[in-house]
Order: sequence, then C-alpha cells, then structure tokens
Amino acid sequence: MNYAVRVDVTLRTGIADPAGSTIERSLPTLGFDGVHRVRAGKLFLFEVDASSPDEALLTAQKLADRLLSNPVIEDARCSLAED
Amino acid sequence: MTSVAVVVFPGSNCEYDAARALESLGASATLVFHSAQDLSAFDGVVLPGGFAHGDYLRPGALARFSPVMSALERFAAGGGPVLGICNGFQVLTEAGLLPGALQKNRGLTFLCQPETLVVASTRSVLTRAANVGDELVIPINHFSGNYTCDDATHRELVENDQVVLRYRDNPNGSRDDIAGISNRAGNVVGLMPHPERAMSSLLGSADGLVLLRGFLGLEPAFSGR
Repeated sequence: MNYAVRVDVTLRTGIADPAGSTIERSLPTLGFDGVHRVRAGKLFLFEVDASSPDEALLTAQKLADRLLSNPVIEDARCSLAED
Repeated sequence: MTSVAVVVFPGSNCEYDAARALESLGASATLVFHSAQDLSAFDGVVLPGGFAHGDYLRPGALARFSPVMSALERFAAGGGPVLGICNGFQVLTEAGLLPGALQKNRGLTFLCQPETLVVASTRSVLTRAANVGDELVIPINHFSGNYTCDDATHRELVENDQVVLRYRDNPNGSRDDIAGISNRAGNVVGLMPHPERAMSSLLGSADGLVLLRGFLGLEPAFSGR
C-alpha cells in the first residue's frame, strides 16, 4: 500500500522562534488584533510504501528525526495526510 | 602542522579565502571535494563558510550526509584539529560533532559587520595562541548564527571550558553571547565569525592571525598586541 504522510516540524517549546515572533509583532499593524502565540514551522508531504498505516508512520517518524528536523531545536509530528 | 584540507561542499564559497589565509601562514592548503573518503593524509581540516548543498532544509543538514563526513568523524576522533567557520560550524553541529544548533538571527536580519569577540578559553586548537580576555575584531556574515542549546548542554559547555569565544555585544541573540565552541577535547572548534577575513590591518583587522596561527600550532606572532 501507498500512504500519504504529512510531517509538521516546529521549534521545541522554550526555543526562541524569531520568525513566529516577527510575524506576531507585525499583525497589529495590519489590523489583526488578538492573535497570540504565533509559531512558524515547516510542512513536508510525501508518500510511503508500507504494509500498514503504522508502518508508514514509523518510517516517516524515523526519517523526520534523522533528516527533516533537528531534534536539538525542533519537534517533528507525523500523521497520515488526508487527500 | 603543515598540511590542511579545506573541504569544499557544493555551495561552499569561502574555501579560497580560507586556503589563502592558511598559506599566508606557511601551511599548505588543499581543496578537498566533499566526495572524499579519506582525510588521514592531513594535519588539520577546515570546513569553510558558504551555503553547503544550498542550505536547503536547514544550514548544514544535507552536508552532514556528504561522504567526507565519515572521514571527518574518524579524523576528529583521532584528535586531529578540525575548524568549522560559519557554515562549517553549522555543519559540525548538524553532524553532532559539536553540541547545540544555530538558528535564525534574533530579528531575522542578515548580519555582515565586524564584531568584537572576547576569548573565553585557550584550551581549544583555535584559541591556544591567545589569552583569555583578549578582544579580537573579526567579521561576521550570517543569517543563522544564533547559537541555541538546552540548559543541560549549556551547563556542560561552561563546566568543561568549551565556550571558546563570546561576542562583546551580542549581535544575533546567541545564548550566553556564544560566538564559538569546542568539543570536550578541544580539537574540534566551530565559530560563526570569519578569522580568514581578518588577516591584514590594511583590510580592517589582523586579529584572525592569532586564531589561525593557533590552529596551525604556530607560536603567537608579534602583532603589536
């Protein structure tokens, strides 16, 4: 089977997020008040050949931890992508 | 030390500056492409600045998987002097040869300017010819130079004297003003500033000399300091 997977990479809690805070600071000048805790991250989409959804997610998590994220500063969350 | 490898990744752009700087101090510098699998013929290895593999994904993330990196790990494990400058520092952290990570500068600004650095340790191959407290003016040129690590790692860095250089006026948000660190043994060093661009007072600063002379194992030069 072929499973579509998405990986969300965000900075770990406690790690400064310069992109997120710059976006947040600029929002009031555009008239968007009351928007808080903006965090910037990365989205990866790909497909995995696997015999089950769990196996696909396991492969995805392995490659996310090895390459797509830097575990020193980032968390990677894998889920099955919806078409 | 006489023979230094300067590793060239696709996208490196400071390899000639680094080689020229080392040769001006009497070393022989060889540009070694990232596909090389053996560094044992060299007395030292420099990872120069630039944008290895386009800096895609994260700076240093893809360079870490270049064939030369296993040779570099062996070289470093054997105690060989390794210096990562700017992008080279980012590669060393991604490869796990140095702790922590470099993330985007505070304020999301690309910085290209001279900075005053304070020597924090002389236990590393880069700073062994300097004195603790020396102030060196060395240019920086980076977007992701904001040194980050968790509390435990920071404590270890300080306790083991691995913080090598600090910024006097922190330009990028780096934790504890850190500009450069070493591994525990002191033979692997990474720093964001570019000592190879501070080799002559005619060009703004000659303060890189004491660092590269240290890296080459030379006695400190008389520099009027």
